[in-house]
Amino acid sequence: MIVAERKPIEEILDMVKDFKKILVVGCKGCVTVCNAGGTKEVGILASILRLARDKENNPLEVDELTLERQCDPEYIEQLDGKAGDYDGILSMACSIGPQYISSRFPKSLVYPTLNTNFLGGSLEHGVWAEFCQACGNCKIHLFGGLCPIARCSKSLLNGPCGGSSDGKCEISKDVDCVWHLIVEKLMEQGRMDMLTGVKPIKDWSTSRDGGPRKIIREDLKL
Amino acid sequence: MKSGSNLEKVLTAGQFAVTGECGPPRSAHADEVRHKAQHLKGMVDSVNVTDNQTSVVRMSSLAGSLILRQEGLEPNMQMVCRDRNRIAMQSDVMGAYALGVRNLLCLSGDHQKFGDHPEAKNVFDLDSIQLIQTVRQLRDERKLLSGQEMPEGHEPRMFIGAAVNPFADPFAFRVHRLAKKIAAGVDFVQTQCIYNMPKFREYMKQAVDMGLHEKCFILAGITPMKSLGMARYMSKFVPGMDVPDDIINRVKAADKKDQAKVGIEMAVEQIQEMKEIPGVAGVHIMAIEWEERVPEIVKAAGLLPRPQV
Amino acid sequence: MRLRYPTSVKIIQVPCTGRVDIIHLLKSFEDGADGVYVAGCEEGDCHFLTGNLKARKKVNYVKKVLESLGTEPDRVAMYNMSAAQGPRFAEIAREFTAKIKELGPSPFKGFAAKAA
Repeated sequence: MIVAERKPIEEILDMVKDFKKILVVGCKGCVTVCNAGGTKEVGILASILRLARDKENNPLEVDELTLERQCDPEYIEQLDGKAGDYDGILSMACSIGPQYISSRFPKSLVYPTLNTNFLGGSLEHGVWAEFCQACGNCKIHLFGGLCPIARCSKSLLNGPCGGSSDGKCEISKDVDCVWHLIVEKLMEQGRMDMLTGVKPIKDWSTSRDGGPRKIIREDLKL
Repeated sequence: MKSGSNLEKVLTAGQFAVTGECGPPRSAHADEVRHKAQHLKGMVDSVNVTDNQTSVVRMSSLAGSLILRQEGLEPNMQMVCRDRNRIAMQSDVMGAYALGVRNLLCLSGDHQKFGDHPEAKNVFDLDSIQLIQTVRQLRDERKLLSGQEMPEGHEPRMFIGAAVNPFADPFAFRVHRLAKKIAAGVDFVQTQCIYNMPKFREYMKQAVDMGLHEKCFILAGITPMKSLGMARYMSKFVPGMDVPDDIINRVKAADKKDQAKVGIEMAVEQIQEMKEIPGVAGVHIMAIEWEERVPEIVKAAGLLPRPQV
Repeated sequence: MRLRYPTSVKIIQVPCTGRVDIIHLLKSFEDGADGVYVAGCEEGDCHFLTGNLKARKKVNYVKKVLESLGTEPDRVAMYNMSAAQGPRFAEIAREFTAKIKELGPSPFKGFAAKAA
């Protein structure tokens, strides 16, 4: 899923400092799963904003709404007739949400309340880690099912580098060296031969480096 | 001869090679390089010029290499994968060769988190092994990665080096990694500085068993300890470093004013030992910011005069 | 036991403090409360095993929120006691009330509560 985290309250309060009435819009997709921007989190943020402005003697009216998703125009349409009522709209979706809302309501001031961090999954309840870099050409089967592009700090295809120590990456003891894991896994599977050949240089043009990407499915277009 | 460099000639002639190291200044002050060069002249066969080592911005390795040449020394230029993409890399290899550089080390590069610009974007378009392949292709096939061919005699013909770390994990994989670099086309490797001699002997035994010492020249890294503080720092903060307790204790046992002397003695002893280990083709002395002590180390270790081949 | 505790303490009963959520604590302040405390079972004795542990984490979260809003984190608190400890319950009620009296009235003017 897309994993995101709410921005610090000070940053969000600064966004709405000149407003009297705002709408906080949540999303039932990824951000609900990672407890960042679902219905619950919308309620919490709305309450915090009200309390903060209460304290300053400058009340802020905060309405709450959660959409199915904010990455399909059909769901954004549900804001029709409402968007104009607010000084500002705060999206609690990943950064895609505010872009969609902004696009449909060009006169509205739309703000992101989350920082979209990475593509990843949960390790345990309350802990998420990065697993994918959306490089556009998945080859994890060549690495024992692990992704060196996303999980190696240097995206090495022929790792590990000389900084791997005690199974940890040189940048932090909290970061596993994925190449250590790859080597161990392939050793366990008796498939070390997968690492003897030199992995060829990556074609990064399928990644962000090639420019903003788009997928067109002719079989699905109406 | 692949490049015709002095280092290549010394190693190919079967002589025990000695390389040194020079870190360029964190400024445009060329004299600092010239000053360091004076200590190393005649003491070593060639000198590494680091490339923004530990991600700290310094004068470029190419510039440092050229200044060394002007001073009559042979540089080992370094190129890390952190800061340049394949376009810049191939371009710099051709440029360096055009300006007389003949030895090039291909390295991954420490993550920028360690340096003075941790907010920088990193590149890592290629990894070090792919870079070795690229430099080899430029030399032996006269081709860029795009397939574009250069006329005969116009190609950059580098003597290709790399770094190996016998002490990084997983240990069992380290010799395979050397084998991989050899398969990619490396001509010589320099190890990370060694303090754990038993572990290094184990590594060399594995390398020799696989015949790797015959396919590539292995130079052992030696860094003399300046002080107990340095020993502790290396042990704790430098990625991939293995400093056994008995080494730290030996430095600790000396009076503070004698610690440097003990460090030098230990380095000289190590070099003597390295001469006897099968498969070791030479030593790489990294006396960072202590270049003035290299002459006495080289002399005491019986490595003078340097061979003229 | 007919023990006395301050009338300013309004009780909301829940089957387990694990049921208490962050929003309940925040809404209490929105509705004009000067302080909120969560009274749960002794740690290790929760009938639902970890309900009271989760409640404590949520109380800590709200403490941080109060801090970030420039208010005293002690306005929200977690207490643990056994259901049989009537006197302890009353004691805590008095203790917390005294603490809040010392901190003074809530800095949140309760506009939301007044508007409602």
